[in-house]
This record gives sequence, structure tokens and C-alpha cells, in this order.
Amino acid sequence: MRRAADDPAAGAEAPPPGAVPPGRTERPYRAGPDWPFHAAFITLGSVYVLLVVALLAADVLSTSPRHLLEALAKPEIRFAVQLTLVTCTIAALLSIVVAMPLAYLLSRHEFPGRRAVEAVLDIPVVLPPLVLGLSLLILFHLPVAGATLESLAQRHLGMRVAYTPVAVVIAQFAVACAFAAHSLQLTFDRIDPRAEQVARTLGCRRDQAFCRVVLPQAWRGVVAAFTIAWARSLGEFGPILVFAGATRMRTEVLSTTVFLELSVGQLEAAVAVSLIMIAAAIVVLAIVRLLGGKVA
Amino acid sequence: MIEVCGLTVRSGGFRLAAADLEVPSGGYGVLMGRTGSGKTTLLEGICGLRPATAGAVRLDGIDITGAPLSARDIGYVPQDLALFPTMSVRDHLGFALRVRRVPRAEIATRVATLAESLEIAHLVERGVRDLSGGEARRVALGRALSFRPRLLLLDEPLAAVDEATRDRLCVLLRRIQREHGVTTLHVTHSRDEARRLADILYVIERGVVTARPLASLAAAGDDA
Repeated sequence: MRRAADDPAAGAEAPPPGAVPPGRTERPYRAGPDWPFHAAFITLGSVYVLLVVALLAADVLSTSPRHLLEALAKPEIRFAVQLTLVTCTIAALLSIVVAMPLAYLLSRHEFPGRRAVEAVLDIPVVLPPLVLGLSLLILFHLPVAGATLESLAQRHLGMRVAYTPVAVVIAQFAVACAFAAHSLQLTFDRIDPRAEQVARTLGCRRDQAFCRVVLPQAWRGVVAAFTIAWARSLGEFGPILVFAGATRMRTEVLSTTVFLELSVGQLEAAVAVSLIMIAAAIVVLAIVRLLGGKVA
Repeated sequence: MIEVCGLTVRSGGFRLAAADLEVPSGGYGVLMGRTGSGKTTLLEGICGLRPATAGAVRLDGIDITGAPLSARDIGYVPQDLALFPTMSVRDHLGFALRVRRVPRAEIATRVATLAESLEIAHLVERGVRDLSGGEARRVALGRALSFRPRLLLLDEPLAAVDEATRDRLCVLLRRIQREHGVTTLHVTHSRDEARRLADILYVIERGVVTARPLASLAAAGDDA
């Protein structure tokens, strides 16, 4: 290492900042400004945000409180609102009942076929909705050993499934459960399994450790998963159309109402019903956002 | 008395090989070893969190090797304490008693006595999220002792606390252990903790456990 005393340049006047050192010919490097990056990303990112805001604004501007009240006064739309509330709630509850154990097992245990089960759970999410509805229809009418699920339901439960409100719930559940399972798996992944293990050393069986230690930590995630399942059920259309039909005052839910009103040229009513669904979606989103940040 | 005879436990790629260890009834055993030497794997094997592939664990003469976790009668304080974030200090101290369906009045009495003994009576209504390191360790210790276990396993219970807190907790641990008369196995890498607490000393190196005389702790240095 050269000492300062040995350096002929030592003591000389320091070169100005940015000057090219002796022996170097290239210009000093200057980083350009950051504003083009920000401008490009903000412009491109804004396109989608503005599109969504414009869609909502267009819906609001193309109707009026009078149209909304008129739509809500129609008996078939009131029936659709009631059926939607009931079926969405049942489908979301069923989804939580089934998805919770499934998500817990996937989160806590390594078992043969775990990846395959996770892949199966992804299928309802990516499957075209009409295909899912068609698959449900085929499943309930596929003869196996001389009987179909439809005929078994009629014989043993005394009820028809296809083209009834039961089919609405099944169609909603078929998709919503996958979303609930994904959401709950994330919730359980965030909860440290160590506390459960300690609970078991303290005398808990697995079910007691789950109920006393895991569930109290997971409840916000459970509510969020329920809300997501409810919202998915609300927006379901394709599987309901194919498996339950769109019969007025029988299997008509809000998503099918929009379709039916459009098909008979009642644009105002379709928009009014859409606004009801948008309002419900915003409430659901608010709940999920509120709980999502506090899960586990 | 805890007897570990040829216990073999696998943990991922690590293998604890045929560990032998014995702590007499009411004794305070200290197991020393460097990070990654298999201390925690051995404790998890004893309390049943990891299944043994060979060997046996006997507690007061009863083979508990294949017994379920909940039936082993072992109080366990893991290194990360694993407190229950939704519960208060009082809930922690009464947790094992509620699981055992002990009458409420008795739970209240025992929790109050335990909290007094651990010097955390003023904290019982607090949640555990905002406790200091020393307070959290006392709560974890109380939770593990609350059901009067026959064996207490402590996995580096004094790690990550300042020196003054460690001194106070050392005194507390010895006092509490004598009051409860519970056989204890304490895992640490600190010679100082071992010097102050051990009745019997074991050292674990690369998954192999060997007994050492307490006099060997006189050697200089604090860490294993």
C-alpha cells in the first residue's frame, strides 16, 4: 500500500467532483432522472384502475334511484334477491365446513398425493364456468349400477336436484369451496404449528389443540374465507345457468336476473340489479380488507 | 426419574444416534451442546414431538416411548416459548388445568399460587404479545409446570435475554424446580447456566450424548 508521503499527488489540490482522473479518457457517469420510469409505470398502471372506476361510474350514471326502486319492487327480482341471499349463505357455510379441514390438512401434513390434491383444488378456479355446470349436470345424471345421483336424491331425500334451488347451492359451492380452501390454507400457514404442539404436551388431543389454540388465532381468516366464498357464490352464473337453469320465481338468482332482464331488453332493470351486486361486492371487499390485514 | 436408553430420532437429514441419559427423581440435569448438535431433537424425542426410530424413554420406570404426547405428563418449554397469542397470562397458567377439567375454584387458586411463585401475579390479566423476554419465559415456565408434570424439559430457556434477567431467571428456575420437586432436563450451550443449575451434566456432540463430571465445567469459557 502506498503511503501518503510517497504519493507525489499528495498535498496537491483535490480534483473537482466529476473531473476525469488523470489517465482516464471517458466521461464521468451520470445516472439519468427517475421521472420517465415513474411516468411510464403510473400511466400504464392507471389504465386498468381507470377502466374499473369508469365501469362503475357508467353503471351508476346510467340508472337512477327510481329505476332501482322499480326493479326492487318487481316480485321476481325480490325473489331473486331472497334466493341469492339464502343460497350464497348456505354455499359459503358449506364451503367453510368442507374447506377448513381440507386446508388444515394441506397446511400441516405432508402426505402422499398432497400436490395432486392441491392441483385438484385449482381445477374449479380455472375451469370455464359453463364446463363446470355441464360437468355437474352430467355427474348427477350419470347412471352407475342402475342409479344416478339425481334418482338417489329423489328416492332417499324426496327431492329433485337439477333445475331446483338445491342445484343453485351445489353450483355455487362447487366453485366457492376452492376459493375458501385456498384462503384458509394461507391462514393456517401463517399460524405457528409450535403452539399446537405445546398444547398437546399440556394434555390436549389434536381436536382440542385445534379448537383451543388454532381456531382462536384463525377466526379472522375463517371470516375472510366465508366472505370470499359468499362473494364467489354471488357472482356465479355459468354453472347455475347450466345446472339449475334460470327459471323465474324458481331458480333465479341475481346473476341470472341480469341475464334475463337483458334478454328481454330491460336494460334499466339489469343495471339496477348490477348495482345491487356491486354494492354487495364492495361490502364484501371491505370486510376482507379489514380482516385480511389482521389474519393470524 | 427420566431414563433415555438408546434413543434414536431422525429430524430431516439429522440423526440422533442411540442417546443414553438419566436424571434421577427431583434432579436437575443439564444437557450442553453447540448449535445443531441435536439438543432440541433429543428433547422433542423425549416429549414425543418426534417419533423414536429405536430405543426407549422411561419416566419413573414406565415406558412412554410410544405414548401420545398428551399422556406423557411432561412439561415442555420450547426455545421460542410458543405462547398462545390470543390468551392472557392467566389463561396460559390455567390452560392445562382446564383441559384436565379441574374445578374452576381450584384452577383459580392454583393459578394465583403459581403466578405468585413466578413473580408474575401483576401480569395475569395481560396478553402475552407485549410481555418482555423475561416475563414471557416465566409465563412459559408456569404453563409447563401448572399441571404438576413428572418431567420438565427446558430448551434453552434463558437464551436471548440480557445478563441481569438471565441471573434472576437462573435463581428462579432453581427455586421453582426445588419447590415443585420436578425432575428437570435443561438444554443450553452456556457453561455458566450449567455451573449454576446442574446436578448432573451431559454433553451432546453430533448427535452423540455423553455424561461429564460437573468438575469439567470449571474450565474457562462460557459457551459449549
